[in-house]
Amino acid sequence: MPLLDIEDLHVQVEDQVILGGVHLRVKPGEVHAVMGPNGSGKSTLANVVAGRPGYEVLRGSVRLAGKDITHASAEERALLGLFLAFQYPIEIPGVSNMEFLKAAIDSHALRRGEGAPSAAAFIRRARATAERLDLDAGFLKRGVNEGFSGGEKKRNEILQMLLLEPRIAILDETDSGLDVDAMQVVAAGVNDYRDTGNAVVLVTHYQRLLDYIVPDHVHVLAGGSIIRSGDRSLAQALDRDGYGWIEDAC
Amino acid sequence: MSDTSERSDDAIDTLVSSEYAAGFVTDIDTETFPPGLDEDVVCAISAKKEEPAWMTDWRLEAYRGWRAMTPPRWAHVDFPEIDFESISYFAAPKGERPASLDEVDPELLRTYDRLGIPLHEQAMLAGVENPGGRTPVAVDAVFDSVSIATTFKEQLREAGVVFCSMAEAVREHPDLVRRYLGTVVPRSDNFYAALNSAVFSDGSFVYVPKGTRCPMELSTYFRINAENTGQFERTLIIADERASVSYLEGCTAPMRDENQLHAAVVELVALDDADIKYSTVQNWYPGDEEGRGGIYNFVTKRGACLGARSKISWTQVETGSAITWKYPSVVLRGEGSVGEFYSVALTNHRQQADTGTKMIHMAPDTKSTIISKGISAGRSQNTYRGLVRTTPNAVRARNYTQCDSLLIGDECGAHTFPYIESRQPSAVVEHEATTSKVSDDQLFLCRQRGIDAEKAVAMIVGGFCRDVFRELPMEFAVEAGKLLEVSLEGAVG
Repeated sequence: MPLLDIEDLHVQVEDQVILGGVHLRVKPGEVHAVMGPNGSGKSTLANVVAGRPGYEVLRGSVRLAGKDITHASAEERALLGLFLAFQYPIEIPGVSNMEFLKAAIDSHALRRGEGAPSAAAFIRRARATAERLDLDAGFLKRGVNEGFSGGEKKRNEILQMLLLEPRIAILDETDSGLDVDAMQVVAAGVNDYRDTGNAVVLVTHYQRLLDYIVPDHVHVLAGGSIIRSGDRSLAQALDRDGYGWIEDAC
Repeated sequence: MSDTSERSDDAIDTLVSSEYAAGFVTDIDTETFPPGLDEDVVCAISAKKEEPAWMTDWRLEAYRGWRAMTPPRWAHVDFPEIDFESISYFAAPKGERPASLDEVDPELLRTYDRLGIPLHEQAMLAGVENPGGRTPVAVDAVFDSVSIATTFKEQLREAGVVFCSMAEAVREHPDLVRRYLGTVVPRSDNFYAALNSAVFSDGSFVYVPKGTRCPMELSTYFRINAENTGQFERTLIIADERASVSYLEGCTAPMRDENQLHAAVVELVALDDADIKYSTVQNWYPGDEEGRGGIYNFVTKRGACLGARSKISWTQVETGSAITWKYPSVVLRGEGSVGEFYSVALTNHRQQADTGTKMIHMAPDTKSTIISKGISAGRSQNTYRGLVRTTPNAVRARNYTQCDSLLIGDECGAHTFPYIESRQPSAVVEHEATTSKVSDDQLFLCRQRGIDAEKAVAMIVGGFCRDVFRELPMEFAVEAGKLLEVSLEGAVG
């Protein structure tokens, strides 16, 4: 059974149709890259799958491990194991990263019918994970994304992913604004997370992230639908020749 | 809107069933004066409290002054004219004031139990109700117009600290009361202070002697129970040279459709090198969603830093009351003295708050800090009003003011009225203000991580208030956080 199964998804935002029939099927253990030019609907796809309010699903369905989540709330999808790493992580002033992470982990534990982890166990794990991402100990005490650099914000998203252990992680333009060092750290985090039971969808404009996180499948989203799918070589071709030739060919 | 956003609205709608947990009525025989106010009523209150003649005369003079005054109308609040003749000015449980805790009516003890206020010294000392090994807190419990019990008096007396009801202080410590009562908030200060001076019932009196650090937190818990009754408590705290004390105040009232008046006066006096920290968690009944009922909280709180290097710090968390009109202030008369005001004021539904502070710098090297956090939700109106004044004497005076407003939804209002009057060119007065909204993006981030909308809003608001919460004594900070969460129910949507 696919982990994520998007079927004929039509979505509109404020009376404008953004997605016009997207199909995407992601199986456990796979990495998919969704690429496309600006304005092609990549971020809409990521957000609507995560249940962000403000998007109207006109037709089609989204299933998570067989369960129809087309109309589920954002928190319900999250608790079922869907994670979205944000393109522009927002600040929550005064709320420490630690407090935020603990609240998220506690509600996941509660859903699994487990008790919340002890504060000590949580802190140990959070510190060790932060260290793997080259984030110093003080990082956890700072306000959520408050005054973070672009690279810190993106690494913070990966930190949350590693701690919440989702079944499917959608990374929305996680490579944007990262220098090569930071990208390697982020990629190492994602590669650590990958196993045969989970899956990753990389939403990206550029292929450079794919040098570090190697996708099994590459899809090109343009004009609101997936116009071509292939393997890694498709991404390399796009990088070399741009998007024009595919769009022209359709 | 889309299916998904309707879902989020649903999640928000389910939060609307907010309950005011302190809204019950205690069934107890009460002696209540008939409504109305004249000199006979003032004398009768004084007689009830077995006061000496000087106290009765003091009240009568306040009463005569009040008669000639009119209620203030400058606040950014809107409510019908109060009929002061329809209010009863004294209500008390029947019978003699109990001599010890053992004699307190069990019904009253149960009331405070239900409110989470422990009045059993033994149980607390033995650790029965004190599992975390927290330091015990001495409590003065004021029920309608009288103090029904004050705990840990003996232990405090050993340290030389006087902690008793105001009525008792008038009888037992007349010299201190005569010396300081009305010196910080004069009887003629304002309409409600004058009214309070005429009819004040109970409240707390604290005296911390020279060089003494008060060995435990002191607190007063005010409870309005009787119907159609005003509560007019009066609190006086004196910290002598090099003394320090931390004092907490809590308040609740039953849910009723009629508005009830609470007009208190609090006076703080700090002598040389003394330190007073006064914290309030105000949770008077706020009225229902449509604005029916609730307490009118018209309070005058002021501290005088009389001594050099003295310090007075006000911390308030205001979530209750239909209308709040309150400006805890510090008059900085001592050289190098320090005044602080940390405030969280939350309004929801139809609540109105006009609150802030006054920092009056009258001596060299005085410093003040104002951190105000206003949170408006529902259709409420939340106003910060603050005055910073430096007189010609206040060389090198410094003030820092930070005034932040957070809006939840788009039917509420946040307003800021800062007044700065500087007559000393070397004084530095800084004012920063921000207004923000709990954004959809913040909510979505939290929900995407599995945190539901209700918890997310509470967390975001808690973060907004963090600078103030960390000024609260620890037990209170937890309580304040929970209170915000409850008060915010039904606020998003």
